[in-house]
This record gives sequence, structure tokens and C-alpha cells, in this order.
Amino acid sequence: MTETTQTETPDLSTARSQWQDVWQQFKSHRGALIGGLFFLIILFGVVVGPWIYWNNATFVPTGRDFIKLRDMRPIYHGLWDPSAKVNWAYPLGTDNLGRDMLARLMFGGRVSLAVGMTAMILALVLGTFIGVIAGYFKRLDGLLMRLCDLFLALPLLPMILVAAVLFRESLSLSIGPEAGVFVLIVCLIGITSWMPTARIVRGDVLAVKEREFILAARSIGTKSGKIINRHILPNVLSPIMVSATLGIATAIITESALSFLGFGFPPDFPTWGRLLNDSVDRMTLYPERVIWPGVMISLSVLSVNYLGDGLRDALDPRIRGR
Amino acid sequence: MLTFTIRRLIVAVPTLLFISLVIFMLLELAPSDPMAQVPLTVPAEVREKMRIALGLGEPTHIRFWKWLVQFFWVEPQVLIDHIFGTSFSDGKLRVLSWQTRSPVMDVVVQRIPQTLTVVGTAYVVAILIALPIGIYSAYRQYSWFDQLGTFVSMVGFSVPPFFSGVLVIVIFSVQLGWFPSIYDTTLKVTDWDSFVKQLQQMVMPVMVLALQITAQLSRFMRASMLDNLNQDYVRTARAKGLGEYVVVMAHVLRNSMIPVVTVIALGIPSIFGGAIITEQVFKVNGIGQLLITAIEANDLPMVQTLTFIFAVLIVLFNLIADVLYGVLDPRIRYD
Repeated sequence: MTETTQTETPDLSTARSQWQDVWQQFKSHRGALIGGLFFLIILFGVVVGPWIYWNNATFVPTGRDFIKLRDMRPIYHGLWDPSAKVNWAYPLGTDNLGRDMLARLMFGGRVSLAVGMTAMILALVLGTFIGVIAGYFKRLDGLLMRLCDLFLALPLLPMILVAAVLFRESLSLSIGPEAGVFVLIVCLIGITSWMPTARIVRGDVLAVKEREFILAARSIGTKSGKIINRHILPNVLSPIMVSATLGIATAIITESALSFLGFGFPPDFPTWGRLLNDSVDRMTLYPERVIWPGVMISLSVLSVNYLGDGLRDALDPRIRGR
Repeated sequence: MLTFTIRRLIVAVPTLLFISLVIFMLLELAPSDPMAQVPLTVPAEVREKMRIALGLGEPTHIRFWKWLVQFFWVEPQVLIDHIFGTSFSDGKLRVLSWQTRSPVMDVVVQRIPQTLTVVGTAYVVAILIALPIGIYSAYRQYSWFDQLGTFVSMVGFSVPPFFSGVLVIVIFSVQLGWFPSIYDTTLKVTDWDSFVKQLQQMVMPVMVLALQITAQLSRFMRASMLDNLNQDYVRTARAKGLGEYVVVMAHVLRNSMIPVVTVIALGIPSIFGGAIITEQVFKVNGIGQLLITAIEANDLPMVQTLTFIFAVLIVLFNLIADVLYGVLDPRIRYD
């Protein structure tokens, strides 16, 4: 043993953790970066906006103010139409009851994004639970996957519409009109969109389960619950995160579609879909009232989709580092 | 292949039965009352008679059985009678709508042509646009055309039809005045002028639906082409001196079409579902609009039948896609 063994000490200054790697890859995807930024801006705008903005979303002027303040056009409208009724205190104008459009947009965004995220979390929890159970316990696999197939064969949009109408009144009576509809829509979207997550998670769990470290954990007597929590869940985190972003997008669109068809929130409670629906009748005169909510829906969905795209690339170790 | 098809058909029966049970129970367990619209001045016994007249008197399982018999036994007989002029279904009770008291299927049959014209045209247009885009953006991967295609399909994914529909109405119907914003279903195509009118009113709904389908399909076509373009057989084809056109269009395209064809088949039922919103925007009185009005009027038999028809479409096209996949790709054998 004349030769001393050269122990290779890794250079700690350049070593990077896994999440730094992920961030590096994510940064190189320009669309995802811009998408994420946009989503943060929209989120910030709708959460903080109503506190610093001077107009109230639900304030309806009465008497002479009503005539004076209703049907105000957005301030940029004055650029090509000098006779337009504009006011700097109302940057996006007012609706036919004199309510401020920007305030309503921000309030509606709060509701739409809250519904989207809550529904996504519900779908994610359901999907991850079913996926992990189906992948880990062989006995339940067949049954749960048949259930998944059955849910995928259901005509989801018609059934959501039907359920939204049939269950609305009793829920509204028990916990109030707004909260009732919120719970109802979140539950409906959550219950009908867990299937893709469950399938992906199950596939990954099946692969992870056969690895040696699971065998090692089991051979030292770790309980199934511990194995799932400590060893399996962290390893299937990336598909869960990707389907989370895509889930927000579909949930926002479904909620807006429900509100647009008139099966969503009550009329005085603005969401983006509801605002769009309310303005369709008078869109020939006031196209901006249709365009702004629509642009907000599309922008947030687009940014979330790009975010998910970049996240998928960043979390996939086969693509990362290329 | 035949045994596989038959086995899939047999499996489809319990699936459909289960789905019909789910739909039935959803309507059954819902706390809303179909008599809610009846004025309170109507006495209780009359109200009870009205309930029985609507068929609500019997217990749940008997009503479910009756609905199954009506839908799967009586309605096909009506169809056979209609085609061959026989009289199997005489005197048998059909599924009746609570709104119109006429058979549900008759109303559905009246509405289907409108939906099929709009949705069918949109699907064909979307396929014709999406395939070339997918092929070219895969062939020139990361070119500006590809980047543009990616962006446009992302937008197509993200813009919901109730916004893109309203937007095209604002642009083309309000500002430019090119197309009518409302789809006139009473229009009969008899001569050139009415044909042009029909085309004009179809442009916008077809455009909105086609944008969505194109977005998905072109991405899928691109991915499928990319999978095949780096295969060994492509290099062989180039090495033996075939032209680029033959290599791409004859060798790569034919292999790439296998998954795309199944995706096209799988997408058809979801298009019917998505058409609900588009029909509402452009006031096309197809089956989607029929569903919305039936839900609003609390017409449970109509809602049940329509939802079930959507379910049948999904199961049917899943089956078709599976069988097509086996037929087109000889490597796949279901045994």
C-alpha cells in the first residue's frame, strides 16, 4: 500500500443541489420565465390591487350620479374619440350600473383564481392519493384504474352543468349563495379532473416501487405509510407539480365556462366569466367590457400553460443539462 | 383482431350501463324538485297527480329499469319502423320530454344536423390545416415557422371558445360587418345565393372550433413526426437516394399518422362537448343548445338522454380508436 488513495474531494463551491439545477433549466426556457412572471403579476394585481385601488367594486351610484357615472368609456378611448365619456378616476370605465370596471375585474380575478387554485389542489390531492394507492397496493390497482377509465368516459362538461344547477339551491340555502356556489364549483371541477394526475402518478409509483431503496426500506421494517411518505412521494413530485400548473389552467377555463353559460356565481358577484357573459348583450356598443375579462382569462391560462411547459422540461432529468 | 373487437364491444356494455346509472343517480339524488315551477295555488292532490303523470310515482329502481327499456329497446324499434316501415313500436311508451311532451329522440334528431354541419365542418377544416402545419414544423424543427406554430397552438389552447367566439363577432360582425353574428338554422340551401349565405354564417363558428382542434392536432402531428424523423429507416431511405419529398411524405408521414389517426378519433366526442359553448355563443340550435335549455327548464328526461348520448359517443369513439390502432399498426397485437 505504497500508493496513498487519492480521495476525490468534490469542489463544494461549484456543486449544485437538485433544485438549483432545476432552476437553471427553468431559467433557460424563456417562455416559461415570461409566463411565470405574468402569472405572478396577475396574482399580485388581483390580491393587492383592491386594497390600493380607490374605487369599490360593488358601489352603485344613485340619483344624478347614476346618470353621470354609468357607461363610462376606458380612458384610452379618448385617443380616437374625443367626445367619449371618460374620467381619469375610472381608468377602464364603468358598466351600465356605474360600477367601476377595473375594480370589478380585480375582484373577479380574485374569485376566478381562487376557484382555479382550490379546485386544482382538490384534484391534485384526490389524484395523487388514488394514483399512489393504485400504484403501491397491487390489489386495489385494477379496481381504481377501472374507476379512472369510467370517469374518463363520462361526459364531463354536461354533467358539471347539470350538477351545478341541481345542487345549487340547497347548498346556497345552507351556507349562503356565494360560499355555496364556490364550494359547489370547486368540488365539481375537482371531482372531474383528478384522472390524468392519478394515471401519471400511478405509472411513476409503479416504477419507483421496484427500485432498491424501497426494498432496503422495506427490509429494515419500514411501514407502508412511512415508505410512501418518505420515499415514494418525493420521487413522484415532479409530475405532480406539472399537472398542478396544467390543472389551474383547466380549472380557470371550466369555471369561466360555467359562469359564461349562466350556471356559475350569482350576477352581482363578479368573476371573469360572469363579467364576460354580462357584457355580451351590449358588446356592439361597449366591446371593451367583453375584451378585458376575456383577455385576463386568456392571459392567465396562457401564462400558466407556458409555466407548466417550462416546469416539465426543468423537472425532467433527461432533458435537463442539455 | 375480430375477437379483440368483440371483446371490447362486450366490455362496453357494462361501462355504458354504469354510466347511465351514474347519470340517473345524479339526477335522482339532486335535491331540486321538478314541481318547483308549479304555482303554490295548485292543491296538493293535483300536484301529486302531476307528479305521477310525469312518471315520478314509482321507486327509483323501477324508473331506472323503465328508462333503460325505453332507451335500449323501444327507441331502436322506432328507428327500425322509421327505416323499414314496420310497426314494432306501436303503442309502446317512448322517453318523453317534460317540456314538450313529445318523444325526446324526435327532438334530438331534429337538432343533430345543425350540430353535425358546424362541428363536422370545423373538424375537417381543422384536420386539413393542422396536418400540414405539424408536418412542416417537425421537418424544420426550431425554425421561425415552428416557433410561430408553437405559439399559435399555445394561444389556441388557452383562449376559451366563449372569448374567441365573442372576439370574432366583435371584429368580423360588428366592426367589419362581413358575417352575421347569429347562425340562422331555418336557412335552406336552394340556389347559389343561399349557399353563399350558409357559408357566411358558418365561417365564424367553424373558425372558433377549428382553432382549438388545430392547436391540439398540430402539436400532436409534430411530436409524432419528430419521433419518426430520426429513425434508422429514414436514413436508409435517404441513403438509397430517394428524394426528400418521398422520404417525408411517403415514409415518415405514413408511420407518423398511426397515432394521429387515433387521436383524431378520440377527439370527436370531446368536440361535441366543446360545441355546447360555441353553439351558445353563435346561437346555433344544435344539441348543445338543446342541453342548456333542457337544464334550465328542469327537463330531466331530455337532460338524461342527451348526457347519455354524449357518453355513448365517448365510449364508441374510444373503441374505434383502439381498433384503428390495431388495424393500422401491425406491430400491435391485442391477444
